[in-house]
Amino acid sequence: MLKYTVRRLLEAIPLVFLVTIIAYLIINMAPGDPVNMFINPETSSPMDIEAIRQSLGLDKPLPIRYLIWLKGVLTGDLGKSFQHATPVTEMILERMPNTLVLAVSATILSFAVSIPAGIFSAIKRNTWVDYFFSTIAFIGISLPAFWFGLMLILLFSLKLQWLPSGDMRSNFDQFILADRLKHLILPSLVLGMGGMASQMRYMRSSMLEVIRQDYIRTARSKGLAENVVIFGHGLRNALLPIITLLGLIIPGLFSGAVITETIFSWPGMGRLGIEATFMRDYPVQMGVILMASVLVIFGSLLADIGYALADPRIKYN
Amino acid sequence: MSDNKAKVTDTNVNAESFDYSDTFQAKLKIFWKRLRKNKFAVLGLIVLTILYLSAAFAPLLTPYSMEGEAADILMTDRPPTYTSYTDLDWEGNDTVYPPNYFGRDELGRDVFARTLYAGRISLTVGFVSVGIYITIGTIWGAIAGYYGGWVDNMMMRIVDAIMAMPIMLLLITIMALFTPNIFNVMIVIGITGWTGIARYVRAEFLSLKKRDFTEAARCIGAKDSRIIFRHILPNAVAPIIVAATMGIAGSILTESTLSFLGLGVQPPTASWGNMLTNAQELSTMVSAPWKAFYPGMMIFITVLSFNFFGDGLRDALDPRLKQ
Repeated sequence: MLKYTVRRLLEAIPLVFLVTIIAYLIINMAPGDPVNMFINPETSSPMDIEAIRQSLGLDKPLPIRYLIWLKGVLTGDLGKSFQHATPVTEMILERMPNTLVLAVSATILSFAVSIPAGIFSAIKRNTWVDYFFSTIAFIGISLPAFWFGLMLILLFSLKLQWLPSGDMRSNFDQFILADRLKHLILPSLVLGMGGMASQMRYMRSSMLEVIRQDYIRTARSKGLAENVVIFGHGLRNALLPIITLLGLIIPGLFSGAVITETIFSWPGMGRLGIEATFMRDYPVQMGVILMASVLVIFGSLLADIGYALADPRIKYN
Repeated sequence: MSDNKAKVTDTNVNAESFDYSDTFQAKLKIFWKRLRKNKFAVLGLIVLTILYLSAAFAPLLTPYSMEGEAADILMTDRPPTYTSYTDLDWEGNDTVYPPNYFGRDELGRDVFARTLYAGRISLTVGFVSVGIYITIGTIWGAIAGYYGGWVDNMMMRIVDAIMAMPIMLLLITIMALFTPNIFNVMIVIGITGWTGIARYVRAEFLSLKKRDFTEAARCIGAKDSRIIFRHILPNAVAPIIVAATMGIAGSILTESTLSFLGLGVQPPTASWGNMLTNAQELSTMVSAPWKAFYPGMMIFITVLSFNFFGDGLRDALDPRLKQ
């Protein structure tokens, strides 16, 4: 187990490096000059442009710039935003809790629907219940998130006026839980929707696999009630893969957050990333991509290890 | 399918499974029989046919044009009408206008006509971008799976790295490299979407390269490229087709999202995504919700149909793939 953990960790580190190299190349290949975001290149003197470029560190060749950035990262410094001149680490730390709150509540919401639905469709497989849930799942993966979000705003915020249409809170002075929760409902619903379908299918096939096992047949032939067999014997094992599921949904949550946060003006990392991309704010872009990838890579690593710890039948080597 | 296609039929051989000796026509018949059993797949196929035909024959279905006319500006944000109506035109004369089934938008253009013409863009984007990424993903996965070892290791780590990045940010960043227009959208979706297919094809190749027919081909001195493309690949076609069908659905969603953010298809050319861009303002959502509702509904219906059809296709082509 320890050996497996160490090996996975050793694999994860070069992966993070690879991510940063690919991301750095792509971001710096963009034709627009970040300097143009500060001044009009046609009216300013070449000397000014050169001075700005030097102050942003853009005068050095690409590989050198990457190495300087990497050296900073290793000491916990992600550089300074071109736009705001604030440290990127600070900007990300300010936005990260907001995205995490959104992601966690979206996950709770989608698990609350997908896990019971998946188990239920496995027990009642090939009946109308199963078909009903699988149709719902298809609808879930086919809904364009941005449109779904807009329609929810239209219905619940603008027509019915039940829920706010965006942002995290109504006032900045005090923390009101009810108000925060109200703001959280629609964005978490949109963000949670994307993963719901695949989670449902995953749970369904996991439950089906358990039901086919010998010990379930034994339990049945002992004459136990069907409910006891399913919920007492089967469910506990069928629920194990939820740990794996947690690892699998992280990438989707991050990509989804980009859209959801834009539509609901949620001040999270996704919106920070989008704004930075539009403004050619390289250090912020790199910071967001790095943080997101690290969370994805180590999230799936933790999920795999957690699964191995929870299920003694799993032997990794 | 050619004769060298060795389909494994050792599990549940019955009248409805493909057999090695079946002719292409016989296989097609079995395939069709299986597909018909899945009502949702048939429904998806019918809806898709209607959508493609209505996009292709848009001029026959609506008298309005995609670009609209100067006089339209007098009739901005009009609600849907289902019968012809009379209104003043540019010169102040009474004119009879055909119905606007989906209403008019902020420039007075007919939303129904724009939705139909936008379908041409959105429905094409799916096919082209999937074509690109199936090609990249298949070749990438085939090489990694066939050669194995350090080649495989290196190639799949790159796949892992790309998959670890938030795909939406990656798409937006790469989109910034190009001028946003329909061709670049297709290329960008194509070059970012191939990783899933590559993993899929690699897994197929890992198992297929150990089969007897691959050994046999190697024994008679076939070159690697011939073994990969003529002997192994045809056996991995079923999952690729299924992934492609589902991929079209995904690409249409991605295109509409990019266009919605203003990074995809540019106005005045309409796409279902960019028709929603203006709907973002909350004031216009209340006064003219039809502008946002219908284009999004079309995306939803199209993507849902592709997913239904893809699901049926998987069961019909290869029941072993069913989860």
